[in-house]
Amino acid sequence: MKLSDFVVREAILTDLKAATKEAAIRSMVESLAGSGSVKSGEQEGIIAAILKREELGSTGIGKGVAVPHTKHPSVDRLVATIALSKEGVEFASLDGDSVHILFLLVSPPDRPGDHLRALENISRHLRNDNFCNFLRQAGSAPAVVELLEEADNNQLG
Amino acid sequence: MNPMPACTREVTVQLENGLHLGPSSQIVQLAQRFSSQLTIRKGDRVVDGKSMLDLLTLAAEHGTVLVLEARGDDAAEALEAVAALFARNFVADQPG
Repeated sequence: MKLSDFVVREAILTDLKAATKEAAIRSMVESLAGSGSVKSGEQEGIIAAILKREELGSTGIGKGVAVPHTKHPSVDRLVATIALSKEGVEFASLDGDSVHILFLLVSPPDRPGDHLRALENISRHLRNDNFCNFLRQAGSAPAVVELLEEADNNQLG
Repeated sequence: MNPMPACTREVTVQLENGLHLGPSSQIVQLAQRFSSQLTIRKGDRVVDGKSMLDLLTLAAEHGTVLVLEARGDDAAEALEAVAALFARNFVADQPG
């Protein structure tokens, strides 16, 4: 599985203004809906499900990264988007730091393996400091897409 | 020179959805209470049990056998605690 297989390029947000967890999640889900990758009308249900998941334990995994996610029956394949925040989003992360890189995932309920493989893929690249630094500096969606493709092709060293 | 005491234990992932973010976070938070190093091996891959990003790269699905290895002064206690987490199948197979 590659990043560019499940990150919806039309839904990438490189200048997220949201300061709170809820606002950030809302912006990202609306962006996925705007790109047509989740059905229009399903946003509220998806946002509620992701927020409910956050109540059970933050998906802020440290190093300024969060991976909010949910299973939802309205998608038939795993879809994700990326948001970048210059100011940082308060996310109640494990290490207490605010979040600058967000990967939001929505997966079909019957495909837990795909969700695990997407997490594996995202975390493997996030361990690479080059990837994190370039991602935080990416100023446009095409720049993020280019970076994802370089990461997929192991061109980041 | 005495090597640091090391203990190993084999565990199986019983979680229906595999070792996803919630359970991984439980392992990290538990492991960080101990001074010992904790590594987790899946096949020929070894990761740091105190690192979320490391743990998530295992993509350990239901049924996967993992080898826990603790090394340090409280290795036996650390190993026991983390193995117990697997044995009781974490808090629940939630959150995802």
